[in-house]
Amino acid sequence: MTPTHTMNRRPGSVSGSQAGTGLRRCLAVVTVLLVWLVGVSPVQAEVTPQRAQALLQALDTDDFEAKAEAAQAIAASDAAQKTRWLKTLLDGRLGRERDGERFYIITDDSGREWPIIDAITFEDAGTGSRRSVDTFRINNDLRTQLQRLIASLSLGAGDEATRLAAAKRLVGEVDAQSAESIATQLDNEESPAVRAELETALALYRVEQGDASGLATLRGNLDTRIRNSLADIANSDSPIAAQAGDVLAGIESKRAWYERGQTLFFGLSAGSVLVLAAIGLAITFGVMGVINMAHGELIMLGAYTTWMIQQLLPGQPGLALLLAIPGGFLVAGAFGILIERSVIRFLKGRPLETLLATFGISLILQQLVRTVFSPLNRRVNSPDWLQGAWQLNEALSLTLNRLGVLIFCLVVFAALWALMRYTRLGLEVRAVTQNRTMARSMGVRAARVDMLTFGLGAGVAGLAGVALSQITNVGPNLGQSYIVDSFLVVVFGGVGNLWGTLVAGMSLGVINQVLQPWVGAVLAKVIVLIGVILFIQKRPQGLFAPKGRTS
Amino acid sequence: MQTSSDVVAGYHDNSVHWRCNNNQTRKESFVNKITSTAALLLSMGIALPAAAQEDTIKVGILHSLSGTMAISESTLKDELLMLIEQQNENGGLLGKQLEPVVMDPASDWSLYAEQARDMLTGDDQVDVIFGNWTSASRKAVLPVVEEENGLLFYPVQYEGEESSENIFYTGAAPNQQAIPAVDYLMSQGVERWALLGTDYVYPRTTNKILEAYLKDHGVADDDIMINYTPFGFSNWQSIVAEVKDFGSQGKKTAVVSTINGDANVPFYTELANQGVSAAEIPVIAFSVGEQELSGIDTGPLVGHMAAWNYFMSVDSDANYDFIDNWVEFTGNDMAVTNDPMEAHYIGFNMWLEAVRKAGTTDVDAVKDSIIGVSVPNLSGGSSAMMPNHHITKPVMIGEIQDDGQFSVVWKSAGTIAGDAWSDYLPESQNLISDWRAPLRCGKLNVDTMTCEDGAGAE
Repeated sequence: MTPTHTMNRRPGSVSGSQAGTGLRRCLAVVTVLLVWLVGVSPVQAEVTPQRAQALLQALDTDDFEAKAEAAQAIAASDAAQKTRWLKTLLDGRLGRERDGERFYIITDDSGREWPIIDAITFEDAGTGSRRSVDTFRINNDLRTQLQRLIASLSLGAGDEATRLAAAKRLVGEVDAQSAESIATQLDNEESPAVRAELETALALYRVEQGDASGLATLRGNLDTRIRNSLADIANSDSPIAAQAGDVLAGIESKRAWYERGQTLFFGLSAGSVLVLAAIGLAITFGVMGVINMAHGELIMLGAYTTWMIQQLLPGQPGLALLLAIPGGFLVAGAFGILIERSVIRFLKGRPLETLLATFGISLILQQLVRTVFSPLNRRVNSPDWLQGAWQLNEALSLTLNRLGVLIFCLVVFAALWALMRYTRLGLEVRAVTQNRTMARSMGVRAARVDMLTFGLGAGVAGLAGVALSQITNVGPNLGQSYIVDSFLVVVFGGVGNLWGTLVAGMSLGVINQVLQPWVGAVLAKVIVLIGVILFIQKRPQGLFAPKGRTS
Repeated sequence: MQTSSDVVAGYHDNSVHWRCNNNQTRKESFVNKITSTAALLLSMGIALPAAAQEDTIKVGILHSLSGTMAISESTLKDELLMLIEQQNENGGLLGKQLEPVVMDPASDWSLYAEQARDMLTGDDQVDVIFGNWTSASRKAVLPVVEEENGLLFYPVQYEGEESSENIFYTGAAPNQQAIPAVDYLMSQGVERWALLGTDYVYPRTTNKILEAYLKDHGVADDDIMINYTPFGFSNWQSIVAEVKDFGSQGKKTAVVSTINGDANVPFYTELANQGVSAAEIPVIAFSVGEQELSGIDTGPLVGHMAAWNYFMSVDSDANYDFIDNWVEFTGNDMAVTNDPMEAHYIGFNMWLEAVRKAGTTDVDAVKDSIIGVSVPNLSGGSSAMMPNHHITKPVMIGEIQDDGQFSVVWKSAGTIAGDAWSDYLPESQNLISDWRAPLRCGKLNVDTMTCEDGAGAE
């Protein structure tokens, strides 16, 4: 950078709110750098070791304001090492010798003995530990400033994403000084996305100055900074207050629609979790009439399978997750068949005893997991493609893990439905559901169908576990949180009906999410529960009753 | 009262609890320390058949080793075993060896009371108990230790509004954690506050105190949002979206989180996925420590905060020695330490000091001698026992780093004395607690000078 930038940065004096000044000053730097630096690559020269020492020395303070000043001095200096210094400072890997004058960069801070290099010469300096190296600490404000400084240092590279990010930051930060240079930059800018952001920033500036011509550009813009600025203008006695209020109303109604869309997505994704958890139960409960209290623990086994496969494939969470889909199905399915063969078939037609026995099994499975894996929760990593959100616009973004679970739920549902509809097993299952005795007399081996059905239901529970490992804790208690909800969905949807489970799960999810902002999470749950109880009073067979006579 | 897994306690109350205790503690951690037989006996709550029983001082350890609380409490049991072992290597106490008596209340609040009574009156007749985590379990044990005149050291930060003659609170009271945290955020320019908590006594009491405190400092009703969620809650999307919206109104916003246990993991995951960064809306938590973070990828959480009296990253030789010992004892290179562990470290040393001072383990003598005892804490200073049975501690704010540790960004100038009765609640602002000789009162109204609870009341 040239000294000019240093000059521009200095005027702000330390006054006013502590947090604000540093940030604003930094913004000024970024603004200026953005305007001046596009396409200009600064010539960097070596600085003397003494100068470098002094620059780093300034960081050695407990006062974050002073540290921010020191970081800005580094960014404005000619030191060739400055980008690396700022980056390691940001990562907490820049420090000084505890009883000495040297500065170190920690190249790898895992473990207790760290390899370190000299911060000025980058020469190997052996190893250090927390007892010998004091790392420089940063806080949130300083972190933000460092990120901006590093971004502006790399602006010389000037790729579109960096320019766009810088342009986005300008919205609401334009002042008389920078407005002209931004206008100049706008003329030279080719990328339409960056142009749009710069135009918005300028339009907002003009509106803030009382110029109504900028309002047209802002119409329908969902950026919250614009909404907040317009709200201030609309409430002031500015000559354009009425016009601003008009634009604001448009923005608000557009936002309201997107918010409804978002609530719907939240509801569907909450519903998809319910459907996944309940659909296995719909099969076992519906077909065999078995009240399987261990269903939650089968979900838990699916989640633990995911964790184990991830342990076997370190560094490949995506592949592990894909492999966990058949893996979770098979493990939970095998446990299901084991439970059916060893316990449930001996208790046929005795629902109360089945309930108690499966409850016992659920406790055994929980304690088994505690003993084998420890009572602590296990950490299942999400692959990159399930992290973050799909940002449709400023007001609507869909979180990818939830979206993934929603899609997975629909796929599982479709596969199960096809299985029941088009395969021999599905036909036999439906036959046994409708009339067990008649099916047996037609040559259907009901005992085998029972076993496979239970295994299928358990396997689907395992699939639910794989999905849940992406959105909640994997621990011994995982299943217990879902067992009550699962029964609720199955009973509401109609016993033994897959469509009923889908519709019931999704609608309970949406109702819950719609209620939540009004009454809170606890009361929303209570209301849903009471609603379902009342509904069942009126219609005991649930939403979708099985067709035909029941025997 | 909290953290890690009060978890689904609500959900679990009606499930069967394991009365038969089991040996599912951290095997790696102490099988190589004690023989496996001894380990089994210990965790089954049977005291080791010591050769000369009269010659040992018995230390009761009342932490859940199974059930939902095992996740947090089993570590504390291991820590106490380590401290006792070290003390015995250094010659024991009053010329006698210390002998741990471990029981497993299995995360069942009433079982805590039952086993506390068993420890105090049964075969063991322990001289002191270190234990409990949740406020619910402490409330269950309180009448027992008062009736049987026992000593209980309680190591977890809690909601205050309590002072018992027989309990020593080595964790933080609200004025040693929540209030300084809010002060720090105010100094950072925060003007809007979202108070999120799990729905039970600790968050509700703490938030009540905070709300009163914020309003005293001129925060408008509109700028405070309060939300409670059940234990083990995992569907955070709409609440996080609501917070995001709440924070997008142009004023600097922060979340004060008293969310407990397991619910934190999906909460932080949702924050990360919805792109709520610490730069926009920082979250400061009172129940999230190193142990809880070990289950989360902290990369996207860098900059979110926690307020405690100790962090594993604290820069002091006492702390580094403690960590080295702990790593050696557990045999696990990745073992973490946390705030309740420091509280037990302080409490254990205070009790040793008080027994030495009194020259006996007699409960009444120790109760008198411990007040004013000062021992080194792990952050390089020292902590003293106050007459209200709370201790002095430094307060620290740490920011989460990508390695799952905290970096201390603010530390109180000195130590702060724990306040049993909050000054910010109208019903308790006139109350103090002082268990010293003439007064002996846990709930003294300074306006009317009447004692509502304690020996002084008679």
